[in-house]
Amino acid sequence: MGIKRLFAFLTLATIAPGVLAQETAQNVEGGAARWGVNMTQGVTEVSRTTYDLHMLIFWICVAIGVVVFGVMFYSMWRHRKSKGYEAAQFHESTLVELAWTIVPTLILIGMAIPATKTLYDIYDTKEADLDIMITGYQWKWKYDYMGSDVSFFSNLSTPQSQINNQQPKAANYLLEVDEPLVVPINKKIRFLITANDVIHAWWVPDLAVKKDAIPGFVNESWTRIEEPGIYRGQCAELCGKDHGFMPIVVKAVPEDEYHSWLSDRAAAAARIKELTNKTFTFDELYARGEEIYNSACVACHQAKGEGIPGTFPAIAGSKIATGPMDAHMSMVVDGSPSNPAMQAFGAQLSEVDLAAVITYQRSAFGNNMGDTVQPIDVLNFKNK
Amino acid sequence: MAHGPKPGFTRWLYTTNHKDIGSMYLWFSFAMFLLGGCMALVIRAELFQPGLQIVQPGFFNQMTTMHGLIMVFGAVMPAFVGLANWMVPMMIGAPDMALPRMNNWSFWILPFAFAMLTSTLFMEGGAPDFGWTFYAPLSTEYAPPSVTFFIFAVHIMGASSIMGAINIVATILNMRAPGMTLMKMPLFVWTWLITAYLLIAVMPVLAGVVTMMLMDIHFGTSFFSAAGGGDPVLFQHVFWFFGHPEVYIMILPAFGIVSAIIPTFARKPLFGYSSMVYATASIAFLSFIVWAHHMFTVGMPIAGELFFMYATMLIAVPTGVKVFNWVTTMFRGSMTFETPMLFSIAFVILFTIGGFSGLMLAIAPADFQYHDTYFVVAHFHYVLVPGAIFSITAGVYYWLPKWTGNMYNESMGKVHFWLAFVGLNVTFFPMHFVGLAGMPRRIPDYALQFADFNQIASVGAFLFGAAQILFLFNVIRTVRGGKKATDEVWENPEGLEWSVPSPAPYHTFSTPPVVR
Repeated sequence: MGIKRLFAFLTLATIAPGVLAQETAQNVEGGAARWGVNMTQGVTEVSRTTYDLHMLIFWICVAIGVVVFGVMFYSMWRHRKSKGYEAAQFHESTLVELAWTIVPTLILIGMAIPATKTLYDIYDTKEADLDIMITGYQWKWKYDYMGSDVSFFSNLSTPQSQINNQQPKAANYLLEVDEPLVVPINKKIRFLITANDVIHAWWVPDLAVKKDAIPGFVNESWTRIEEPGIYRGQCAELCGKDHGFMPIVVKAVPEDEYHSWLSDRAAAAARIKELTNKTFTFDELYARGEEIYNSACVACHQAKGEGIPGTFPAIAGSKIATGPMDAHMSMVVDGSPSNPAMQAFGAQLSEVDLAAVITYQRSAFGNNMGDTVQPIDVLNFKNK
Repeated sequence: MAHGPKPGFTRWLYTTNHKDIGSMYLWFSFAMFLLGGCMALVIRAELFQPGLQIVQPGFFNQMTTMHGLIMVFGAVMPAFVGLANWMVPMMIGAPDMALPRMNNWSFWILPFAFAMLTSTLFMEGGAPDFGWTFYAPLSTEYAPPSVTFFIFAVHIMGASSIMGAINIVATILNMRAPGMTLMKMPLFVWTWLITAYLLIAVMPVLAGVVTMMLMDIHFGTSFFSAAGGGDPVLFQHVFWFFGHPEVYIMILPAFGIVSAIIPTFARKPLFGYSSMVYATASIAFLSFIVWAHHMFTVGMPIAGELFFMYATMLIAVPTGVKVFNWVTTMFRGSMTFETPMLFSIAFVILFTIGGFSGLMLAIAPADFQYHDTYFVVAHFHYVLVPGAIFSITAGVYYWLPKWTGNMYNESMGKVHFWLAFVGLNVTFFPMHFVGLAGMPRRIPDYALQFADFNQIASVGAFLFGAAQILFLFNVIRTVRGGKKATDEVWENPEGLEWSVPSPAPYHTFSTPPVVR
């Protein structure tokens, strides 16, 4: 009687949270479901196999748990001194010890077989249709489409005002970027993953791809996405202050759409290159520079150029931003010789953007140099 | 005739008495537990809702780093050494530790190590912010200047641990009472003997890896810098060669404590003493060959992945033997549920749940989805909080009457247990969910779909924290007075410690007992 009731209670207690979660599952407007309790099944064969493997091990653990905890709760219910139960004095049994060594070993072998198979699948990076180089930076991702000129950075696009609670948070808060990684569906895409500064990890749950991005090493991974859609992920290895603010957005599109996107991107890159020879006014550069500053510099040097004392130097009133132009260009283009956190932006931004952001820094935050630098000057500086 | 302790502060400064030193270790570790706990509460308060409210990301990273370092090296390890100091000599019938002066020193360098570590919070650039695993190059080229103080603090903690471990080995191997053969030693003594060997094996590896960092930072070497021909992944291999045995260092003595408590309150001998000893030794051996399961995503060759996956899965076998033994000991016993027993039963259940998630994490392809998410945070808190913290708490309640001569307040102990038990589960269980749903660990702010479970976890954390105040209050009350404890304290408990009066005199077993 008591046992039955206990069992019913346990069953209920196990199932209830799941049912509750089902019933209250609702979407954050336009975003992912709230109260999610489980791994995604994802949109690739590997992600589904991984999910099945995860559920298989989970249910085996549940079954073992029911037996072990069942015996425990039964004893705690029946074998108590308050009920006058006399203790048995048995102990030591080689047979029992052998049994509970051998049976778990067999169960483990049963788990290891499908796990090994899946692992071989995941490691098979041969014969890809498309290679994309992924480079982790503090705190953004760079994507290079191998064999084409297309290459760009992907930055968090959630505004600071949302993070600082001055504005309501959008549906994809912290999971949105300015430029997503666009890929074709039903193609084997190989990712070559590395990093420029510290270790990052590129993770998109729906693709079941997570690989460390390590400076000086190139790791390989692959995926073949079956459904068009937008898949979101995040950096998964602590990489410094803004580790939580470097999301990944993958946009999977049909193949023809992918090709037209790729040629558009290549054309846009060519247009930017042409602008290198144009002469801009101070206002044009200042306005463009403000935008660039807010995506490329603001994480460390902060919104008012004040920096973070002891960690990131201020730009407001700094010797570099109010000193000779060459030293300023050198700092931005080549990075700091003494502090690796100040990256070399020469390879990250176009000449136009570099000229704009340098001009902006020299006249913003109370710095009143009022001078300009033109894209062609930056190009000449780089070629010096 | 044995003399008593010196009066005044010098008693504590100069003491070579294992009981005094044990008490100091325990009080110190409790202070660190509260400090590390406060940092955890800062983390949970920031994560109560999306957005940045209380701290900025840089400081948040300092909190996660310091919380981990302080809990591992300041709270859990010294607490176990404290229990070993108090109990090992009394359990084996020895008058004191084998190396009493070194014992004094190994304790007294600890407060300096942690004063130095904590002082980094007030330095320019802030405290270490690279996680308690301090992966290079984030902890070398990109570290705040305070990293040098962190390295020196780790050196001192390591020296303290090694000295403590040597002392314990020397005591157990040389000072057992006549008749106390190895296979008659209480399991707490056995597990500590094995733990001490683990410490001696891996603390020098930790010292080595931080020294290599020091060289990279200040002397121009490039052990961990790819640009100079070094290898950032080498750091992780060396760190986890220390780090994995380290997690067993934090759990093996717990196995010993629980193996003492469950038979007492089940009034039934431990089911399989010798298999428990062998299982402990197997776990210790396996702990040396599984380290790279912390690194499944670094891009190891598939042969490496498979080896570390299989070896890790194997750990489930001896661990299962231990759990089955505790359950079988309870089965058909005559159980009562005093506070130490409640904590021990919760230990068995919750540690097993942590073991299950550990088994899931061992499966390399599935780990690619779990790795560095809150699922991992849930896993290791399920093995460390109910594992290490609950067992230490159980041990303190179990032996406190022997130490002080007074019974603690049982109702208050039970309230402490239930608050801690509920608080723990409310805090850490939802972390499994957000982890599986895709929330990375070590982030100060998160996407909206994770908000609900994070809010629940934060409420649980404050409940768990508040429960510890009750523990402190109960212990202080018991030290000051209360119902007198009998020499046996419990009903027919096994072990030499119960054959001496309560409170245990300043010097015990000046003449060794004879064990039959």
